[in-house]
Formats: sequence, structure tokens, C-alpha cells
Amino acid sequence: MTSSVVIVGASLAASRCAAALRRGGHDGAITVINAEAHLPYDRPPLSKQFLSGEWDADRLPLLKPEQLTEFEIDWRMQTTATALDVDTRTVTLDDGSTVQGDHVVIATGAAPRRLPGTEGIAGVHLLRTLDDSTGLREELAARPNASVVVVGAGFIGAEVAATAATAGHRVTIVEAAAVPMERGLGAEMGAFCGSLHADHGVDLRLSTGVTGVRAGADGRIAAVELSDGTELVADVLVVGIGVVPSTAWLDGSGLTLDDGVVCNAHCEAAPGIHAAGDVARWPNERFGEVMRVEHWDNAVEQGIHVAKRILGEATEPFAPIPWFWSDQYEHKIQLAGRPKAGDLVEIVTGSMEERRFAAIYGDGERLTGVFGLNRPRHVMQYRRKLAEGVSWADALHFAEEARSGS
Amino acid sequence: MAFKVVVNFDLCESNAICMDVAPELFEVRDDDFLYVLQDTPADDLREKAEAAADRCPKQAITLEDLASQQ
Repeated sequence: MTSSVVIVGASLAASRCAAALRRGGHDGAITVINAEAHLPYDRPPLSKQFLSGEWDADRLPLLKPEQLTEFEIDWRMQTTATALDVDTRTVTLDDGSTVQGDHVVIATGAAPRRLPGTEGIAGVHLLRTLDDSTGLREELAARPNASVVVVGAGFIGAEVAATAATAGHRVTIVEAAAVPMERGLGAEMGAFCGSLHADHGVDLRLSTGVTGVRAGADGRIAAVELSDGTELVADVLVVGIGVVPSTAWLDGSGLTLDDGVVCNAHCEAAPGIHAAGDVARWPNERFGEVMRVEHWDNAVEQGIHVAKRILGEATEPFAPIPWFWSDQYEHKIQLAGRPKAGDLVEIVTGSMEERRFAAIYGDGERLTGVFGLNRPRHVMQYRRKLAEGVSWADALHFAEEARSGS
Repeated sequence: MAFKVVVNFDLCESNAICMDVAPELFEVRDDDFLYVLQDTPADDLREKAEAAADRCPKQAITLEDLASQQ
């Protein structure tokens, strides 16, 4: 096949899409528009092994040197797309040039939200890119035993807090919600994950907002003012309050934008135009829900799915079971499925006290999810049950049999 | 082309995604360690092996071609 493909964005979904295209026999041009100065790299270590200094940047590339040679990708480095002509599939770049493709893949990801009032203050960090992580890493390394304030107890905030606390910093997490990660994990497991911070001496302030920040005479962050009237000393402030899909360049393109690029069940936004990764919103028919998923695994699967669409191989709708992991302290947290607030939760193996267990979620009718703390094998077992679409009763029966059988 | 499945056990953290994608090749057992069930599988398992490598969150799986074997 000799059609041309333009991939806008150069992260995980883009890398896996390009690789799957080449492996599938696509021999036309592949152009990747890369806003950064780095070739695609893996983000999860940016809040963990890279941030702690355990790994260096040479561990992060997503494409190996031999793949870079073999795939013959036309990289447009430090270049951003500024517009898309949907009818001709022509992407305008910030240097004024254009690139046209038979297929366009939108993989521009998402950008972290900023905390209002922190502009221009040194020592305030967002964490998304390798450069972000490098900046935070250098600052933490230069300030042993620093007072680190993390705003947001989501995955980024929790992982940064864990890494900083493990390195000996004094860490406080400030979270506006009463329960961390409640939307993804439900109230019970969200609260449990929050409790892991206390095990490691990290102070988690729930139901607490940030009302202001104060810089010192040197222009660096000095303190964070909280909604309960208290003030926290801060040598370093890390903001992890979610991301916004990067779609501003598509304003006026005619594509439907609504918290992401709105696609059909095949991840197609318009004829010849697909979206993959954090930026894509599509109806996942397995769950009967229009979703946008910010997980690593989704970027991989969706990138590959789009490649197969372009190759003419994927005829089924894209209907994955969302799955993610988060490594915090010595724990591996995993969740598969799409549990909803108010779902039933049942621990099926282990216990919270021993910090090793798996729990399943159900809406009374169906199994809707599985949560694991240091139980990867069980998470995958129930992920398969989710794929089979088992009832809640059958899931409980399976758990009972597994308990009595082992 | 024949191929070999190589797991870097210094990177592997037994996330078990590979077991989900390619149960013929990978198994995470009760001890939470990953076992490679076939390290030189039949070629019809290549696509599954590639999917497992792509989806490994720790990038711990690589496939090596065995064409030019010494």
C-alpha cells in the first residue's frame, strides 16, 4: 500500500501507530509532526524512575535505533500543527508549510492544567514532558529534604509524592475532593489509595483547595495558602490537576470538538482522519459509553487500531476494556474496566491490611471492573471475565470457587 | 521467519498484560513471577507476541529474529 499518512503528535499512540503500519506492510510515506526536540519517549517513568534519578533519559525512547532506521519516518521536529483542512487532509505547520496525506492521524494528546496565580513563579512545576520531569528532577536533587507541596491527588500527584517522599523530601498533597481518584476507582478504593500516603509519612489534605500562592523576594515559590486558612511552606510546588486535550489547533476545522476530538466507533473523526490516545473521544460499544481515556494502554491499543484501519484490516469497532496501572511507593495499583460511582465492591482475594488484595466491582447485574493492589495476576483474570461480559453473580461465584480451590 | 521471545527480567514487574494478550506464551503464576511458556514459538504466534511486546508497560519484551543464527 503506498498511501501517505500524516501523524500529528509524537508520543505513544503515534509511535505504536507508525510501527503497526510498517509491520502491516504500509510502504507509503509516514510523516510525524513532533512538537518536541526529543523523539518519542515513554512517559510513565517521568514521575517515577526518571524523576528519582534511578534512570536516565536513554532508557525512555519508545522506538529502538533499528526501528528508527527501518521505519523511515519523516520526522518534523519541534514543529506544531496549527490547522487542518479536513476535505483535503492538509495539515498546516507553524513554520507556514503544509503537509498533505491520504490519511491523517490526530495524536496530539493533552496538556496539563495550570494552577491560576502561579505564572512566572520559579519552583512551580507541571509534569507532562521529559523537559518538565528533567526540571523537577534537578530541582529536587538540588534541595535535599525540601518541603514539597503537590496539588492534586490523582495519579501524577500521587506518583510524584511517592517518588519525592521516598527520596527523603517532606511532602504534602492538597486535594480539593473528599476522596482521591473517586471517579476512576470509586469511593472505597479511592479512599484506600489515599491511605497509602500516610503509611509513608506523606500528609494528604482532603477537601482542601488552594486559594493562593506566595512567592519570596527571590521570585521563588515560598508558600501555598489553603481554603482552611492555613499556609504551607513550599520549596517546590507540583501541580497535578488534570489535563486538557490538545485540540486548539483544530478550532474551525469543522471536526466536532467536545473535550477531545469526537470520533465514531472506529476512531474516525472524518473520512481519512482518525484520532488516537488522550485526545480521542469515541463511543466504546462494549460499555455503551462515549469515552476519552488517558491511560497508557489505551494509547497503545488505539494507535494500533487506527493503523489497522488505515491498512484496511480493522473492521470491528474499537471497544477495549480500559486498563491502567500506577506504581506508588512499593505498591502496584491496577484497575481494569469502567466501574461507576455506587457500584458494589467486593474483595475477592487478600486484604487491605496486608496491602495485597484484589476487589471486583459490579452494578448488581454485570461485573464492571477489577481493582488490584499488588495482585496483577488476579486483575488480568477478572479482566478476561470483563471481556466475556460475565454477570455479577457469576463473577462472585468464580471468586468463591477460586478461594475454595486454592 | 523464526523468532525468539526475550524478556528482560530486570524490567518486568509482572503486570500480566502479556498473559492477557498471548496466554500461549506468557503466564504470571501464583508467585507473581512471569514465566515464558515458549521462547521460540511457531511463527503464527508472532502477531500475538508483537502485541504483547507493544503493550508491555515496562517495555520488557523484545522479539529477536532467528534468521541469521550463528
